Amino acid sequence: MEGQQERYKPTISRRQFLTAAGGITFVVAAGAFAPKIFAEESRNVPGEDKQITAWVRLQEDGRIVIYNPAAEMGQGSMTALAVIIAEEMDADWANVHIEFSPIEPSTYGLQWGGKLGGPMITVGSRTVRGYYHALRHAGAQARYVLLHNAAEKWGAPITELTTGPGKVVHKAGGRQMSFGEIAAFAKAPAELPEIPEAQWKKPEDFRLIGSVIPRFDIPAKVDGSALFSMDIEVPGMVYGAISRSPVNGSQPELLNEEDIREMEGVIDIVRLDHGIGAIAETFEQALKAKEKLQVSWSKGAQAEGYDSVKAYALYSKTAHDDAAEGEIVERTGDTRQALKSAHKTYDIEYKTDFAYHAQMEPLNAVVSVAADGKSAEAWVGSQAPDTARRAIAEVLNIDFDAVKLHPCYLGGGFGRRSMADYVEEATILSNQVRRPVKLIWTREDDVQYGAFRPIFLQRMQAATDEKGNITAWGHCIAGTGGGLLDSGARINYYTIPNQLIEVRSVDHGVRTKHWRSVAHAPNKYAIEAFLDEVALDQGIGPYELRRRLMKDHPRELKVLDEAARLANWGSPEKEGRARGMAFCERSGSLAAAVVEISLGRDSGQIRVHHVWAALDAGVVVQPDNAIAQMEGGIVMGISNVLYESITFRNGKVRQSNFHDYPILRMADAPESIEIRLIPSQEAPQGIGEASIPLMGGAIANAFLKLTGKPLRHMPFTAEKVLEVLKG
Amino acid sequence: MKTSFTLNGKEVQVETAADATLLWTLRDALKMTGTKYSCGASLCGACTVHLDGMPVRACMTPISMAAGRAVTTIEGLAEEELHPLQQAWIDEQVPQCGYCQPGQIMQAAALLRNNPQPKREEIVSYMNGVLCRCGTYLRIIKAIERASQSR
Ligand code: FES
Ligand code: FES
Repeated sequence: MEGQQERYKPTISRRQFLTAAGGITFVVAAGAFAPKIFAEESRNVPGEDKQITAWVRLQEDGRIVIYNPAAEMGQGSMTALAVIIAEEMDADWANVHIEFSPIEPSTYGLQWGGKLGGPMITVGSRTVRGYYHALRHAGAQARYVLLHNAAEKWGAPITELTTGPGKVVHKAGGRQMSFGEIAAFAKAPAELPEIPEAQWKKPEDFRLIGSVIPRFDIPAKVDGSALFSMDIEVPGMVYGAISRSPVNGSQPELLNEEDIREMEGVIDIVRLDHGIGAIAETFEQALKAKEKLQVSWSKGAQAEGYDSVKAYALYSKTAHDDAAEGEIVERTGDTRQALKSAHKTYDIEYKTDFAYHAQMEPLNAVVSVAADGKSAEAWVGSQAPDTARRAIAEVLNIDFDAVKLHPCYLGGGFGRRSMADYVEEATILSNQVRRPVKLIWTREDDVQYGAFRPIFLQRMQAATDEKGNITAWGHCIAGTGGGLLDSGARINYYTIPNQLIEVRSVDHGVRTKHWRSVAHAPNKYAIEAFLDEVALDQGIGPYELRRRLMKDHPRELKVLDEAARLANWGSPEKEGRARGMAFCERSGSLAAAVVEISLGRDSGQIRVHHVWAALDAGVVVQPDNAIAQMEGGIVMGISNVLYESITFRNGKVRQSNFHDYPILRMADAPESIEIRLIPSQEAPQGIGEASIPLMGGAIANAFLKLTGKPLRHMPFTAEKVLEVLKG
Repeated sequence: MKTSFTLNGKEVQVETAADATLLWTLRDALKMTGTKYSCGASLCGACTVHLDGMPVRACMTPISMAAGRAVTTIEGLAEEELHPLQQAWIDEQVPQCGYCQPGQIMQAAALLRNNPQPKREEIVSYMNGVLCRCGTYLRIIKAIERASQSR
């Protein structure tokens, strides 16, 4: 545990931070770097850590502590961001240690355009691409502070100094000083200047960016010392469990409060709008109390009666109402007209069921509300720690600054942990007893009160001319999920003159949420599967069709070509096997994959044997980690495509745990996954979600090739596959 | 109820409810939080520990079953600095979120104890009960192969 604490200190509070940063007057520079830190005079004394900028702390033993502002949920950006700063400040990586930054969005948050000072939220694969520019600048500023200090010490002009890994060098004076030595006397200059981009490192001089650097978090993740919020213990802590509405929106009335209060270990019962919480000395006691709760749930919630299987009929009708028009995602040319006058038209529906995040660490949080209710401390694994911090403040009606939030590692996020519902609950429980409470959702809670990737029905339409060219494209997305339905629907990389892409969402009062790559997985599935159906009918190969459509988009085409080349596309299929391909863009990345599948004709089981994928993500900061993200996304994608389905009946979620919401196991993983990163000097793009959206289309297309039959409803469970084979 | 057993080589005695599970006893009473809770129903393997050297799912193991026996958790797996599997896990850069990995490593350690040179199919069938949502399976296989070769 001790080593872990060393490597991974809880975040320092704002007050401590001000002390640590004492002596530095940060001038609020226009734009990029504007921390709210001002101090009158230097308090940096020998032997103490030196906070040389908001991002970097030096220790005299030579250790360089770099702050990570993003959640670490497995995507590895904790290491990548530190690599960016270390590169520009010319640090020796061996000396770098990474800590979570304070939860101070004005300093460490990120605006969508890549400027600092927006929300601290780790979503949409935006961390590395979003912070890249700002953190290179932050690294250049840290380097400036080091140069400045060495120059003063030596009485040499700063312009004569250079840096080498971990040291400042004065060639003319024949001397050098390590960063650790500088730490002994370092002071931050009165002004932290803007460092123009022209003075940053040239990419050809990069030592760290683009090289294989082991992830900082991995050692603690192999010896059990990595701290997830689930592992936090604070003195006096008690445990909470909550029984939540089986139908979203229904409210509880507890019928046997007296009996529950008498149970062993039970400390208190809390009524929430959507559930009843039990607080007990141990978690198992809280669970027992939860099981014994007799709750009557109010009637009349909007979600009551919702049946997600039957709902497809409604979505189909919605998507086929040609008199209506939904939210327009893209309109070029006149698709309706082009469909009427086309040589040939296609009109096919694809469906995708609700999906659950199934992060391996169920939701949980530790919140400790002070005895007077005027401050709180929390330990949370959150993709949006400042939202979580704000949520706690709001529940307690106290100031944001009165809440101290310690970020923890996340045992998976996938979009579920950017919501603060579980943090609010823990706050309410702790506020009731004014003691630290660890609230744990059981796996069943996590499934049944989930917030799911929406259900989708896509009506795809296309028109072709005599030569088989696609001249018009219609994509109407129906489902429930509002703004969660449209991502990935655009196909700017396919040249089709007439396009009409729209969303028609129907609200049923069920909870929906971003799920790794949001709507990209369902939308890219529909797009890519539809293309292959058109290609088959037109007698054009799937690769050839995509190449034609991409003729004006060389960067995309290169990615597609690379995946085809890796898979040796065009070579004869092995006995009983077939390959399928798909392309997608996500978070700025371009990706293509080919999968090879076989099929158990009696069992209906699809098996994916091999996957070949190419990725153009601009500059890749951490190549091995990028490959790991691609692999992980492919495996999670296959899992989702083959097995995962949440269904509602009478407004209730029908699944509860991994027996009825199976996720892919090792035996069903592909035998090999081969990833090729396309070298690039373009700006870095998001990688963590780039491969997920490829799997639906690629697998459906391989199946179409193998059997001649289309798969039009995800997931492609054995049951559904057998139906398709019979039909 | 008092239960005595050996935990990572040390004698421990713990007071719990009679129906307490090994998982919550380890995590909350004995502060061994490396063993994870994920499904609570023997479906995922995140809570895998060794009981007299055999892998068990701690979430479904009553504490009474541990009485007088030896329990090993991820914290006590390495005899010296790192178990060869832990080193292989670092070398192959296996973990992503890391939450499933203690269970993966404990399951793999039991495999190698009985079968020091497993074939790939043997690895897959032995490891199949331990889920990884982040999709690290292929690296897990590589790491096990690496550790078995390094012996
Ligand atoms: S928590 Fe024990 S098997 Fe899942
Ligand atoms: S590494 Fe995240 S669940 Fe396995």
